[in-house]
Amino acid sequence: MLIENKKTSNKIGGKEVNIKFNNQKNTLFVDLNGELDHHNAKRIREKIDSEFDENGYKNISINLKGLNFMDSSGIGLIMGRYKLVNELGGRLFLTNVNFRVNKILDMSGIHKLVDIYENNEDVLKHL
Amino acid sequence: MKDNTMKLEIPSKSQNEAFARVVVASFAAQLDPTIEEIADIKTAVSEAVTNAIIHGYESKIEKIIIECNIIDNRLEIIIEDFGVGISNIQAAREPFYTSRPELERSGMGFTVMETFMDSLEICSEENKGTKIKMVKEFNKPSFEE
Ligand SMILES: Nc1ncnc2c1ncn2[C@@H]1O[C@H](COP(=O)(O)OP(=O)(O)O)[C@@H](O)[C@H]1O
Ligand SMILES: [Mg+2]
Repeated sequence: MLIENKKTSNKIGGKEVNIKFNNQKNTLFVDLNGELDHHNAKRIREKIDSEFDENGYKNISINLKGLNFMDSSGIGLIMGRYKLVNELGGRLFLTNVNFRVNKILDMSGIHKLVDIYENNEDVLKHL
Repeated sequence: MKDNTMKLEIPSKSQNEAFARVVVASFAAQLDPTIEEIADIKTAVSEAVTNAIIHGYESKIEKIIIECNIIDNRLEIIIEDFGVGISNIQAAREPFYTSRPELERSGMGFTVMETFMDSLEICSEENKGTKIKMVKEFNKPSFEE
């Protein structure tokens, strides 16, 4: 018999969101992974904002591919980053928006404010 | 008559948001829900528990009670706090209404609960607390006769 020794926290919903950054064409590319709820939103916000402030970007592009849960805290986070870039004349992009996330975004009218594209390459084409 | 029931008490710590939604989703599994229905339930529970934590208790650590009942093909979820309460429930239910914009709340929590569940009832009294009752109906019979 095979004994699985791996930690299970990821599978039972305790997973924190991981963030990865990448900079191209004045744009902060953020990869979100895990679950975007109120508990995780504060830390994600602080990480994105400090990276954004320190390195003088114009736009933010958030890749939601690895996100497996989002509630209305995600709307707050996205609206907040929209305000941040909009004040400086920049744009906010979202990529890899899945069916569930889209359902919540639809309710909030965010589609009118942010540009949604398939993936990062598509964003780069429109910059 | 209730077919099954469960009750959970947790402190209002934000790491319990994930715990609460997973527990309720596990309880709902006996109704043979679709993946979509499970996602609806998780999201609605997350909204109600988050509200108890940030609005009800304003980050003090107090107890939240979650009760679930299965009655025929129906799942009832009751989420209760004993915090500040809601003075104007009608206003609170409006999309985009939030009393805490400085926390980047979107004001969409009740709208999400209403959209993802079949019904939403809010009972609240100022300085007594808030009780949210949500119901989701399932097509298939939950138990064989
Ligand atoms: N459990 C609660 N206790 C006290 N006030 C609440 C509670 N739940 C919701 N509210 C009030 O209702 C408003 C709307 O809630 P909601 O739609 O979830 O939006 P948000 O949480 O983004 O503010 C909150 O801003 C708050 O004023
Ligand atoms: Mg809320």
